[in-house]
Amino acid sequence: MAKKPSTLVNMLVALFVITAVSGGLLGLVYGMTKDTIAEVDLKKNQAAIEAVLQTGTPIDRLEEATIDELPCNLAYDAQGNLLGAAVKTYSNAGFNGRIELMVGILTDGTINAVSVLSQSETPGLGANMVNPKFKDQFNGKNPNNGYKLTVKKDGGDVDAITAATITSRAFSGAVQLACDAFEAHKAEFMKGGNAQ
Amino acid sequence: MSNNLKTFTKGLIKENPILVLLLGCCPTLATTTSAINGMSMGLATTFVLIMSNMVISLLKNFIPDKVRIPCFIVVIASFVTIVQLVMQAYVPDIYETLGLFIPLIVVNCIVLGRAEAFASKNPVWPSILDGAGMGLGFTLALTVLGCIREFLGSGSVFGLTILPETANILLFILPPGAFICLGFLIAIVNQFKKENH
Repeated sequence: MAKKPSTLVNMLVALFVITAVSGGLLGLVYGMTKDTIAEVDLKKNQAAIEAVLQTGTPIDRLEEATIDELPCNLAYDAQGNLLGAAVKTYSNAGFNGRIELMVGILTDGTINAVSVLSQSETPGLGANMVNPKFKDQFNGKNPNNGYKLTVKKDGGDVDAITAATITSRAFSGAVQLACDAFEAHKAEFMKGGNAQ
Repeated sequence: MSNNLKTFTKGLIKENPILVLLLGCCPTLATTTSAINGMSMGLATTFVLIMSNMVISLLKNFIPDKVRIPCFIVVIASFVTIVQLVMQAYVPDIYETLGLFIPLIVVNCIVLGRAEAFASKNPVWPSILDGAGMGLGFTLALTVLGCIREFLGSGSVFGLTILPETANILLFILPPGAFICLGFLIAIVNQFKKENH
């Protein structure tokens, strides 16, 4: 087959066919991967909720709620007492895009654990916030008992990541947001919510 | 056959896209903070290169010259999006670390460069080999660069810790470290080529 000359019709046909076939192919792949991607996201969310609410007391049931526009899961024990909540929080103050965290908070306001859901900070610097060395420093701390959720440079109690103060500030801010929201609304959920 | 073999092997060292042709330096410098990131980026690009070279070589007579660049870009972008969706579904961890750089394969000049310089002028089989050779050469360069930077900057290789944290040189994780390492690598390859001339 000889090469097609660049006439208007040939160009239109070539472009049209190529874009149409590509579009169709992409639609097909999207349809095939859509469910798996949604499943992966859901699993990650579920794993994070379980990880940050791990206290030793068995969780009887989880209840979804929204506090101050943050989605959260409330954990109750077998007697219907509130154990704590996994609050999904975020910060847009990171170095590079949105940071999403899952924060496990106990009823007295103590931070149980923090899990990173998504971030796109600088690899090797801000991305080190997923390391236990940074994120586990919050475990067992209670902002109600004078633990200040700002980095040491700003007069707080958080050890910032080396060379990633902006990320550390954003992370602390997101945790603070979750704690404040839970603190403001926890009384509504104390009595077992929709007790069985 | 020996000609085909040459088409394949020239991308590895002799015409290595990074170390000799100096194409596609943006993802090279940005994603090689660790060996595994560099390698994943390289393999994703290799897949796109092979597929786009194959399709463009098949379509080379159907595409009129004046609209060849938009046609190439559409083909390349489609394969990149496929890679992105598949990675998001099946290797979410790697997808997360590479994130932004996967869609950027579209504008990686190696891919368009090979389409224009090789696939649009050659039959299908050599084009596939050219894509594979160039892709693996790219992967090799990225993996080596990633190993060096990860070793010097984080004291580990492929996530295995070798040096204690006190021995880490933060600079090598940062952009200047990427430039320094790449410069030394290119110098070594040049010397090697000179001696084997």
